[in-house]
Formats: sequence, C-alpha cells, structure tokens
Amino acid sequence: MTTKIASQEMKSLHFTPRKPAMTPGDKVVGAVSHTALTIWSLIVILPLLWTFMSSFKTSSEIFASPFALPSQWRFDNYIRAWSEAGIGSYFLNSVVVVGSALVIVMVLGAMCAYILARYTFPGSKAIYYLMLAGLTFPIFLAMVPLFFIMRNIGLLNTLPGLILVYVGFALPFTVFFLFSFFKSLPHEITEAAALDGAGEWRTFFQVMLPMAKPGLASVAIFNFLGLWNQFLIPVAINAAGPRVLSQGLAAFAGQMGYAVDFGALFAAVTVTVVPVLIVYVIFQRQLQGSVSQGTSK
Amino acid sequence: MTSVKAKTLRVGDGASAVVVPDTAPPAYKRRRKPLTFDKISFFVVFLGLPLAMYILFVISPFAQAFYYSMTDWSGFSPNMNFTGFQNYQKLFTDDIFMKAMGNNILLVIFLPIITIILSLVLATLVTVGGSSKGQIKGLRNSSFYRVVSFFPYTIPAIAIGIMWGQIYDPSGGLLNGLLTSLGMDQFKSFAWLGDKSTAMIATMFVIVWGFIGFYMVLFVAGIKGIPAELFEAARIDGAGRFRTAVSITIPLIRDNIQTAYIYMGILALDAFVYMAALNSGGGPDNSTLVMSQQLFFTAFTKGQFGLASAMGVVLAVATLIFSGLVFLVNRLTGGDKDVSL
Repeated sequence: MTTKIASQEMKSLHFTPRKPAMTPGDKVVGAVSHTALTIWSLIVILPLLWTFMSSFKTSSEIFASPFALPSQWRFDNYIRAWSEAGIGSYFLNSVVVVGSALVIVMVLGAMCAYILARYTFPGSKAIYYLMLAGLTFPIFLAMVPLFFIMRNIGLLNTLPGLILVYVGFALPFTVFFLFSFFKSLPHEITEAAALDGAGEWRTFFQVMLPMAKPGLASVAIFNFLGLWNQFLIPVAINAAGPRVLSQGLAAFAGQMGYAVDFGALFAAVTVTVVPVLIVYVIFQRQLQGSVSQGTSK
Repeated sequence: MTSVKAKTLRVGDGASAVVVPDTAPPAYKRRRKPLTFDKISFFVVFLGLPLAMYILFVISPFAQAFYYSMTDWSGFSPNMNFTGFQNYQKLFTDDIFMKAMGNNILLVIFLPIITIILSLVLATLVTVGGSSKGQIKGLRNSSFYRVVSFFPYTIPAIAIGIMWGQIYDPSGGLLNGLLTSLGMDQFKSFAWLGDKSTAMIATMFVIVWGFIGFYMVLFVAGIKGIPAELFEAARIDGAGRFRTAVSITIPLIRDNIQTAYIYMGILALDAFVYMAALNSGGGPDNSTLVMSQQLFFTAFTKGQFGLASAMGVVLAVATLIFSGLVFLVNRLTGGDKDVSL
C-alpha cells in the first residue's frame, strides 16, 4: 500500500516539477481535511481492531477491561469457533455455494446480455424490462412463494437449491451491467469473425467474451461481495439445511445469550471478515474503478 | 449437481421454444441469413437457459406473492380461500405492523440524507482539499482514506451487526469503555440497544457506518469525472471552495446523488439483517421493529403465508412509491436539465 502511494506521489512530482506555493488558506483547509478524514478512518478501523484483539481474549478478560491487550495470544478461541461452533464447515459451504453460483451467473448473464445487446427481435424489449422488474422489487416479496417452489422441486434446505436461487437473483444485475458493456463493443469485429467463418458460438466464446474481460471482472467482484454477504435467502430457504457462513454466524451469535463464549464469537467474526478484506485490498483498484461504471449506466 | 443441470436444461428448452421461431428473420435487418442449427442452438441456450432460471426463481415468486396476498393460505394445506383485500385491512389496523411501518419511514427519511451528506463532505475533502493554486489537486494520501473508508462495505452485514452489538454491550463493550475512560461515568453500564430512546439512533449509526465509504467512493469517481476546466474557471471567477462545492460539484454529480438516494432508501425499507443482528426481537417497545422482520416472523414462525405475502406487497409498493418520489423531486427541482456532460 505505502509503496503504491509513494509511486503516485513520484509521478505527480514528475509531471509538475514546480511545486505550487501553498497559501495559508490552503494549509488550514488541508489540515482540517486531514483531521476530519483521520477521525473518520479511526471510526472505521477501531471497531475492527477491537474485534480482532478481543478474539484472542477469554470472556473474563473481555469483561474486565475492553481495552487491555490479551494476557497471551491464544488461538483456542479460533479452534473452538472453527470446529465446535462449526464455522469451519459453514465457511466451506459458503465457498462452494458462492463459487458455483458465481461461475454459473457469470456465464448465463454474459450470454443473456450479449443476445439482448447484439440482436433485436420481437420481445427483446420485454425481456429487458422483465430484468428491470427483478432489480426493482424487494427480495422480501418473493420469499414466501420461493419457499414453496423450492419445496415442490425438492431443493429446499439443500446447497444446490441455494446455488440456483443465488444465480436467479444475481442475474438481473449481471445482465444490466454487461448489457451496456457488450453494446459498446464495435460491430465490425463480429462481422470480421463471421467473414472468417466463425459461427455464433465461436464468435461469442473466442472473440466477444475475451474482449469483455474488464467488464466481467467488475461484475464478478460485485457479485462475489453481494452473494458472500447474502443473509435473507439462506435463512428463508435453507433454514434446516447445511448452513452458509452468514447464516451460521447469526445462529452462533443467537445462542450467545445462553452459553457465553464471547472470545469464540469474536474469533468467528474475524474469520468472516478477514478473507473478504484481503480480497478487497488485492482488488481495490479494480473495484473502485467499477463503482462509478456500475451505477452511472 | 449434474442432476440439477439436467433439470434446468430441460426447463430451458421448453421455455425458449416459444421465443426462437420468430427471432431472427423479420426484425433483424442488418444481415438476413437462413436459420442454421448454429443460430438456433445459440439462441435456445443463450437466451432460453438464463431466462428460464430467472422466470422460475425470481419472476414467478414475485407474481405469486400478489395472488397469495389475497388468500388466507396457511401454507401447508392445499386449501386456501380467496379473501380479497381482507389481509390488507388487517395489516392497516394492526398496531404492531403500523409501528414497524413507522420505523421504516423514519429510516427512509433519515438514513439516505445522513449517509449522503456525510459521504459528500468526505468525498469533497478528499478531492478538492489540496492546494488552491495551479492544477486542481486532491488531498495527499487520499487513496489511503478511500481504501479504509471502503472497508465496511466489504464486510458481511451480519458480521457488522454482531460486531456492533458487542461494541454497544453495556458492560464489556468498546463504546461504554471509551466513554467511561473519558470520565463520563453515567454510561458505565448504559444499554444503548436496550433503551427505547437510543436503540433506533444506535442502529441507524451502524447502517450509516456501513455505507458512507461506498458512497464516498462513488462520489469521488463522479467528481473526478468533472472536467478540470470547470473548476479552474470557477476559481478564476473568484469562487471559494465552499461555493465551488455547492454550485459546481453537487449539480454536476446530481445523477450519482439520485442513484445513491434510491439505493439507500431501498435498503432502509428492508434493513432486515441489521435489525435481526442488533435486536432480533424488535428492540425495546418495538422501537427498532421493521416491516421485513414482521414479515419473516409472520411467515416462517406463525405460518400465516397469505398475510405475510400482503406485507411483502406493501413493502414492494412502498419501494416503488419511494423511487418514484425521488425521481419526481429530482425532476421538479431541475434535474437532468443542465447536466448533460
């Protein structure tokens, strides 16, 4: 991180060799801005640090003083959370469900967006609006009927059922985002591919899909975050099935009122938060760039 | 997994068979080509498969919900009676549901406006806090602030809720620890979430905490998209920083603000995860109970699926009304007139 900032500063120095003089007003504004932003950063970071620190403490240590460092860095909280509370298996379930749903929705979404963006046929507008409807209505409206649909096709409380529903609900966003992306790709390339004898399938998989890579990456990151954080769908249609992480975490916290093991709860939260944070820090450039794309189109 | 795939494939074929025949020839003007197997299979798979899944798992439940909302269905028996608008009548005379709706309205009024104002302020500080001479420059180290601010958005909402539940804990929590160490002993064991007067505000703070960073990044991207010449011109004309922010930045990122307002409002009408994590029972005196919690309870605990569907319809209508209002207000106050960049 620091090296990145440093290199940015170097670049700006390189392009503007004459550093503009700071007026006293600038200094005041700069100082005020830095203070405000630092306070805000502390408000973000402190709760996370506190959670991390508490995950190494025993319950009695947590209640004795919220600030004191743990007397020793013990990992039994993590072991208890991972195996006894089942966070380990929930984590694995989440990886399987989110991973499969992500792959399926990216493929299906890209295909659907490609057809809608590239071909006009009777009903294409209607399909487009159908997608819009799926984005507009709250998921809550669908929960009761969805529960019975899943029961009738025998996929209630199963991971494959959860995967299919995830795909369905992530589809409209994926299609919308990629729709504008495929629209912006030049038509000449499809024609060139057709002249060279490529069929529709080949054109899509070997020409268009590779060109859409940046768009696909952005959507995939957003879908990953959205699905990994999904809570309502699993608690509604997977209440008695193998739990995913968000669901398992809530259940674990729910028992807390009776059997107090706060250290393990903090460890469980840390296990949930840290992988996503790492993914984010690695991909943050990509993600911040796509925030604006995703919402302005 | 394979059996599932086979199933959707079959469904896909069925649904798209209706779509395919009238696809290519009539409306497709650019190149008229005979229907080949390549083309037909392409359309069937590419359009039929996603569409079939989408209709089965998303559109049909939405549609069914409207029908169920007019029945007295209890779910597990096949019998249901059509009762017209009786469920809706029941809802609007139900004190608890009306209380929940009132809480949702509170959230819809305050959450978007607080989040957007704070994130706009932060975004402005990051982008135009630098030197006022020469090129427009952002603040030093601004990417650090942006990365940190975005952290909460990446954390699962349920984890945010549980974490803050512990921070607000009366005896071992971070907040009371901080306050007492600053000498405010009246907060020694104050239950932020257990007191009627603070539960809602404490809950709102958590949601705002989770979203400021996301909208800040969105606004920063919007501000960076404004041509630098506009800022220079304003500066030459003698506009100060505050004036520039109010008269240049905000009108030009108006569309981003509208989008943010709608997203945040939709979230405020749902708010299920946060409420479930912080006060699963609805809070002291139902002070943080929201419609979505009541819906979930009515459906999956009490088994009154007809009534719960009616609640879902009320939620959906509220969402549509809210989005419509935001569009209308933006239009009436002169949105999308002078902002075509």
